Amino acid sequence: MRYLYYPGCSAEATGKAYDVSTRAVFAKLGVELEELDDWNCCGATSYFSVREMESFAIAARNLSIAQSQGDDDLCVICNACYTTLAKTNRYMNESPEVFKAVTGALGAVGRAYDGKKPVRHVMDILVNDIGLEAIADKVTRRLTGLRVAPYYGCQFSRPMGTFDDVQFPTTMDRLFETLGADVITEYDAKTDCCGGMMMLTKAEGALRLCLELLTAAEQYGAQVIVAACPLCEMNLEAYQPKVNAMFGTDFNIPVLYFTQLAGLALGVDPRKLAIDRQVISCDGLLAAIPA
Amino acid sequence: MTELATTPQAKELHRKFTEDVLAMPAGDKIKICQQCGTCTGSCPTSYLMDYGPREMIAAFRAGMIDKVVKSNTIWLCTSCYYCTVRCPAGIKITDLMYELKRLAIKYDLTPRSSKNPAMTKYFIDSVHRNGRNHEVELMGRFMLAKDWGLPFKFAGLGMKLFASGRLPLMPKKIRGRDELAKIAEYLEAEEAKVQ
Repeated sequence: MRYLYYPGCSAEATGKAYDVSTRAVFAKLGVELEELDDWNCCGATSYFSVREMESFAIAARNLSIAQSQGDDDLCVICNACYTTLAKTNRYMNESPEVFKAVTGALGAVGRAYDGKKPVRHVMDILVNDIGLEAIADKVTRRLTGLRVAPYYGCQFSRPMGTFDDVQFPTTMDRLFETLGADVITEYDAKTDCCGGMMMLTKAEGALRLCLELLTAAEQYGAQVIVAACPLCEMNLEAYQPKVNAMFGTDFNIPVLYFTQLAGLALGVDPRKLAIDRQVISCDGLLAAIPA
Repeated sequence: MTELATTPQAKELHRKFTEDVLAMPAGDKIKICQQCGTCTGSCPTSYLMDYGPREMIAAFRAGMIDKVVKSNTIWLCTSCYYCTVRCPAGIKITDLMYELKRLAIKYDLTPRSSKNPAMTKYFIDSVHRNGRNHEVELMGRFMLAKDWGLPFKFAGLGMKLFASGRLPLMPKKIRGRDELAKIAEYLEAEEAKVQ
C-alpha cells in the first residue's frame, strides 16, 4: 500500500509533531508515504478571502503534481489543507467557470489537471483503507482505561462530509476504541471551533472557544485530548495557560495529535513521536498507560 | 432594491455582490433564505459580530450589504462551516463570507479595528515569497505591524516553541515560486478581460 503525501506548511513548524508521528505510524503499519514533490501552500482560508480563483488554482497546482507523480491517493494530515484541496476538486467538478479558470492558469505554467485526484484525510486512510483490524493486530501497548477526548475540529468533515458525519463524526472514536482507550464518545464539543487564526487577531474570542472545549473535556474526565489539525492542537495546548489566566481556570490537560497517541499504542518510542516536545508535559500521561 | 441602497458605493457593492454570488456554485440559493436564524445560532462567533449571518442576508435583501462589508462581521468568521452544513436552504454561507471579505479588500473597506485583514495580507505575502507559509515570518510581521504587545505577552510560549524546534527561523522555499506568480498574473489578466 502506498500514498502520496502532502504535509502542509504547519508540518514544518508548529505542527511538526503531526508530520513526524504520521510518518512513524505509517512506517509501523508498513504503508509507504511518498512526499509530494515541490508542494506549495494550499492557500488555506486566507486566499479565499482575497482571490477566489487563485486559491483554487494554487491548490490545484499541488493536485496536478500529485497526478503526474503517481496513481496513488493523496494523503493530507491538516484539516484545513484537506478541506481546501478537496473543495478545489469539488468546485472544479461543479462549476465550469472554476474548471476553466483553474485549467487555464495551470496551463500558463505548463501543467494540467482534470479535477479527479482523490484527496484523502489521514484518518480516513487509517480507518477505512488500512482498517481497524490490521491496526489492532499491531497494537503492542494498549491504551487501557485512558480517558481520551476525540477532538476533530471544524474542517475535519465540514463542509463536505466525504467520509464522516459533518456534525458528529465517529471515525476517531472507533480508532481509539480499537487501541484500547476509554473514548469519550459523548464528547459533544468534538467539532466545535477552536478559533483558528483568530487566536492572533482576536485572542479573547478564540480563548473563550478554547475554554468551552477544555471545560467539556474536563467534565467528561479526559486525561488527554487528541486533535487532527495543527491549528486545533496549537490553540488547545499552547494557549491553555492563557485560558487559565483569562478565566481563572487551572487546566493542564495534555493535547496530542491523534497520530502521536496512536503511535504510542503501536509501540513507537515516545521521542520518535515528539511527545517529549509538547508544551504541556505528557509525563503523567505516559505513566498512566500500562507499558 | 429599497431606497436604502442610494449611495453610489452601496449600489456598486450590491451589484458586484449579487453578480459574484449568482456565479458561485449553488449561489442562487441565497434567494430562498427564510430567515430562520439557524446560521446565527450555530455560529461560534456571532455574539461578537456587528451583524450575524442571518442579518447579513437580511441586509443584502434590504440593499444594505455595504454596511456588512464595512463591519467586523466577516473578519470574525473562522470558516468553521457550521452554518453551511446546517442551513436548511443549502446556502453556502461561509462562501458568502469569503465573497464579502474579497469585496472589503477590493474596495479597501476593511474596518480599522480588525487585525484580520493584515493577517490575511501577510499570509499571502509569505506564500508569494516562499511558496509556503512561513509561520515565524507571518507572526513576526503581524506582531510588528499590529500588536507590539504580543511578543511580550507570548514571549514564554514563543521561547518554548522555539526550544522544542517548532519555530524554525528560515523559510523553506519551493522551486516553483515563479509558477505561483505566473498563476496570479494569468488570473488577474483574465479578470481584467471580463471587466
